[in-house]
Formats: sequence, structure tokens, C-alpha cells
Amino acid sequence: MSSFSVTEPSKGQKWFAGIVVVVYALITLMPLVWIIATGFKSPADAIAYPPKVIYEPTLEGYVNLFTTRTRMTPEALEDIGPPQTWYDRIVRQYDMVISGPSRYGERFLNSVIIGFGSTFLSIFLGTLAAYAFSRYRVPLKDDLMFFILSTRMMPPIAVAIPIFLMFRQLGLSDTHLGMILLYTAVNLSLSVWLLKGFIDEIPIEYEEAALIDGYTRFQAFYKVVLPQATTGIASTAIFCLIFSWNEYAFAVLLTSGTAQTAPPFIPTIIGVGKDWPAVAAGTTLFLVPVMVFTILLRKHLLRGITFGAVRK
Amino acid sequence: MAQIVINNLRKEFGSFTAVQSSSFTIEDGEFFMLLGPSGCGKTTTLRMIAGLELPTSGQILLDGEDVAQTRASARDIAFVFQMFALYPHMNVRKNISYPLVSQGMARKDVRCKVEEVAQILDIGNILDRPVGGLSSGDRQRVALGRAIVRQPKAFLMDEPLGALDAEFRERMAEELRALHDRMGATTVYVTHDQLEAMQMGDKIVVMNHGVVEQFGTPQNIYDWPATMFVADFIGSPPMNFLHFDGELKPGTGSVRLNDVDVAIPVQAGEAGGKLALGVRPEHVVIDETSPMRGNVLATEYLGTSQIISVATQSGNLKVRAPSSQIVAVDSQVGLSFKQGALTIFDTQTGKAVLSEANREVLANG
Repeated sequence: MSSFSVTEPSKGQKWFAGIVVVVYALITLMPLVWIIATGFKSPADAIAYPPKVIYEPTLEGYVNLFTTRTRMTPEALEDIGPPQTWYDRIVRQYDMVISGPSRYGERFLNSVIIGFGSTFLSIFLGTLAAYAFSRYRVPLKDDLMFFILSTRMMPPIAVAIPIFLMFRQLGLSDTHLGMILLYTAVNLSLSVWLLKGFIDEIPIEYEEAALIDGYTRFQAFYKVVLPQATTGIASTAIFCLIFSWNEYAFAVLLTSGTAQTAPPFIPTIIGVGKDWPAVAAGTTLFLVPVMVFTILLRKHLLRGITFGAVRK
Repeated sequence: MAQIVINNLRKEFGSFTAVQSSSFTIEDGEFFMLLGPSGCGKTTTLRMIAGLELPTSGQILLDGEDVAQTRASARDIAFVFQMFALYPHMNVRKNISYPLVSQGMARKDVRCKVEEVAQILDIGNILDRPVGGLSSGDRQRVALGRAIVRQPKAFLMDEPLGALDAEFRERMAEELRALHDRMGATTVYVTHDQLEAMQMGDKIVVMNHGVVEQFGTPQNIYDWPATMFVADFIGSPPMNFLHFDGELKPGTGSVRLNDVDVAIPVQAGEAGGKLALGVRPEHVVIDETSPMRGNVLATEYLGTSQIISVATQSGNLKVRAPSSQIVAVDSQVGLSFKQGALTIFDTQTGKAVLSEANREVLANG
């Protein structure tokens, strides 16, 4: 008779679980692999049918992403002389020369400023609000919490027109501040709710101990509650960043130049030349910050909050 | 170290009154027990002394200074939590030194102090360990260390042994008491365990429903309970009550229970109507000559003694007798009471009637 264990899965179960995970991973990773691969194709390979799985990789897409180019007559090219750098050589194949940098860098920087700025603000305000809701006797607490959550009960874009008019009136259209405030407003309800849950889990005795030990309420919050809440803050920050980083609709509507973020900019790269590799390259690079941010905070995501310090 | 005077302290949470006008005095260096069932207001009282709750009204005099509305951090009082509340993101050393750091003490002195405390509590070997993996006994010691390290005016402890295993409780209770005797620090200790209170306390306050029922030394409280609640809450098994109707006047020396006269201490107070005779199980004697008769319901063997349950005409009672005494279940026995140890209660008010025997104790409480 074979032994049977409730906690230890059998070999068959392990294999089955493994296969499910692998299949799921393949399905979710496919678009990502496709985008990354396309970024290294030539424009001709990118639109080849059937799609090419094996191809000669080129950095053409990346060069096109970061530059603007001008087509020149062979005589004019003759005047300039042979290409000097590897990226010059790439564009020279098409009788073109690099005429300057593209706007991708600026747009990317806008995304960084707006994405991280609104994430910081959402977390900062959210933590304070969540702490107050968690620890103090706030009048109408439940109603207020519901009201905060209710702002998420419709798609934010449903209020696009009022916000558009409001932004125009206040001079916030196409400004970093405007976008940071907007994304913070959208994220704040999520951050307050998530963080309140995390702070509720932190026993109030820690703060009381700190008060007794001679610290002020704010010091107790800062030195005892915050370190305990890092797990919650880290995961909330990731959610907030992913939203504001990827947001497209408001960005299209409210930004056009100085504060335009990368999502509305990337599709415009395609221009008239059907430059899919450049679009794919822009998308690939756009993924990097969120991935890095998530990997950096992963340690906090996995760590238990109050492991064993209070006996319940 | 300090004397703590509680004066008409009152705490309301909305319409609920947690503590009603409590008054008592904790002398300098005393090991003081706040005893009562859950929800009686003992923890609220302790938290008010600590400054974690602000009283609705009343005074808390710490060495003569009213601190009732002062911030906790300004009171210089240490608190040991039931769940220890060690800072989980710090190691043992940091936990213990935390109160000193807040005072801005020099790093070298902090180190010195922590080592000293660690030696007293015998936790020198775990100073650099994270608090997460400690046993509950070690956590308790670290929590104590955090309390004693800054030599506060008083220690407040909220059921500090409540989270420990039974076997370990006994040892920790002894250690606590020894630590207190060594430091001579005023200690206020909350517990719902009457044995713990009797075993460790210099003085006990018994609370119920937010009211101080009695305040005194363990022995006085045990021998001369001021109310039926105290008589019932303290002692295991608790005091017996034999109910009867009667009249008491100053000078009365006996009462009549179902045609049997029982001699009681000479009464100093007046009472009438529904009364109860209170008698501890060890003050009842099996005595075949007594006119008071009862039917034995059961016996419980406890090693050196036994508890005999007897049904009498005035109600059931429990007798503590030597286990050598042989009593058959279902047999008739005679019972007599030790006159000097009896208390009469007025069952309407629940209060003890003053007599020559308990007057001195109750006058102070």
C-alpha cells in the first residue's frame, strides 16, 4: 500500500501543476517575446508573411526610435562622405542621414516624472489617510471610506470631458503637474484602501509601546508603523506605478507636447514608413522601468509583515 | 520611583462607562494588583495611568503631580504589554535601547545600560538576535528589559504572563516578583487570575463593572471581603453563601438559619431582610454534634485536602477538610462554622455588614 499524505502532492499532481504553469507562462509571455523580437528585425522582416522566427537581428529599429532622418540625393550623400559610425551606416542603406534626435527620450522622461511623481504622491497621501482611518475615531469613517472607493466604480475616462474642461480652465493641460495630480487622484482611492488594510494588520501596541518609550505620535508613526508597513507600501506603489505608467486615454486627451508621456507617443513613431521595429523597440524600452521597479520591491512583497513578533 | 494616587478616576467611551469614579493609592515600591474579570475596567485604569487613554474626569497623582491629561511620553512610566509588543524590525539590543535613544542618551552609555539589564534578566546571549525567533519567555524578558532599562517612575504590566505557557508562568511570576523586590520599583499589575494576584501582590484592588469593589492586602481581601462579588471572585472554591431572612443590629452575636442558631462576630452595623452568611470552605468543620445538618453530595480529592459538597436547608456549601477525614456520599453530616471568620452580607446591596471582626479592614478600604 502506498503512503498517502495530505500536505505533500503526489508526483502526478506535481507534473500536472508544472505543465499548467508552463502553458500559462507561454501564453502570457508570447506577446512580450513577439514585441522584443520585432524590435530587432528589419522593417521588411517585421511585416514578412509568414512571420519570420529566424532572422538576422539588427539595431535599425532602435536607431530609428531615437533619431529623425532625412532622405538625400546620391549627389548630396557623396558630398558628405562615407558614414562615420555604426548607426550612420544603418541609415545610409536607405539613402538617409541622421538629422537629429527624436522626441522619444523626452517623452520617456515625461513618463518617468509623471509616473513616479504620481506614485510617490499617491503613497504619501494614501499612507497618511490610511493611518488616520485606521487609528483615529474619524466621524462617518465607513461612509468616507465608501465614498473614496466609489470614485473607482466608473471608468476614469467617463469623466474625461469635465476633466478636459477643468484642466483647460486651470491651465493644467499638457503640464507635468496636471498629469501627476490626475493620476494621483485616480490612484489615491486604491492606495488608501490597500494601505488601510495593511496598517490595520499592524498591532496598535507597537505604537503604544513607542509612546510609552518617550516618542511622539508622529515619531511612533514614522519609526515604528512605517517600517512595518513597507510590504504594503511596496505592493501599493507597484500598482500605482503600473497604472500611471501605462495610462493611455487621459494622456492622449490631455497632453500633446511638453508633458506628453510615452504611451501616446509610441504609436506616432510608425509615421508613414510602417516602421514597426521602431515601435516595438520603443515598447520594449518602455517596459524596463516597471520591471526594474517591481524586481527591486519584490523582496518586500514576499516578506511577511509581523513575523512572529506578536503572539496572537 | 513614585507613589501613585488615583482620585475619582472616570472613563467613558461614548455612552459606556468603563471606569466609575475609582480611588485608590499605590505606595512607593509596592507591587500592586488590579484584579477583576474581563471587561471590569482594570486594563482601562492601567492605560489611563500610562497615558494611553485620557480619563473623562479625575486625577492621577504621580508623586503629587497631576498627570491625568499629560502625554504618555512625558510621564516616565514603563508599560509591559500582554503581547509583548517588541518592535519586530529591530533586534533584541535595539528593542531594549529604544527608550534610551528617545532620551538622547549617548551611545556608549546606552550600550552599558543595555548590557547591565541583559545581565539582570539573563538574556546577554540573545542580544543580537532578531526578536522574531525568540521563545515567549525570552520575549517576555526582552519586554521587561525595555521597561526597566530607563528606570522609570513606575512599571505598568497588562497581564504580562497571559501569553505564556502554564508551566512557564509559574517561573516567570517568581522572576517578576524577585525582580521587583530587587529594584524596589512601584509596579501596577493587571490580572484576571486571583491566584496570581494573591501570590505576587502587596496590595490588590478588585474591580467589577468599572467599580472598585475592594482595596487592600491579599489576606485582608481574602478574609474580610467587602462585597459578595469579592467573596465569590477570590478563593477557589469561592466563599459559601447561606441565604436567610433576618434583622441585624449593632451588638447582634448570632443569626437564625432555618431554626438553627449560628454564632457570628458581634455586629457593628445594621441590616435587615434578605441576608447571606458568608463562610470560606476551610472555615466549615464537619462536626457531628452540631444542630446544622446536611446531606453529602460529592467529594473531590485534592491530595492533602478534599472538597466536600453538602446540601443544607439554607443552600449548598463546600467544605475543605483534611483528606484523611472519611465522609460517605449521601450520608448526613453535622456542620459548624468558625465564628470569628464569618461575614454577613446584605444581598440587596451585595455589601458586607460591618462587624467587630471586619470593621478595621473595611474602614480602610
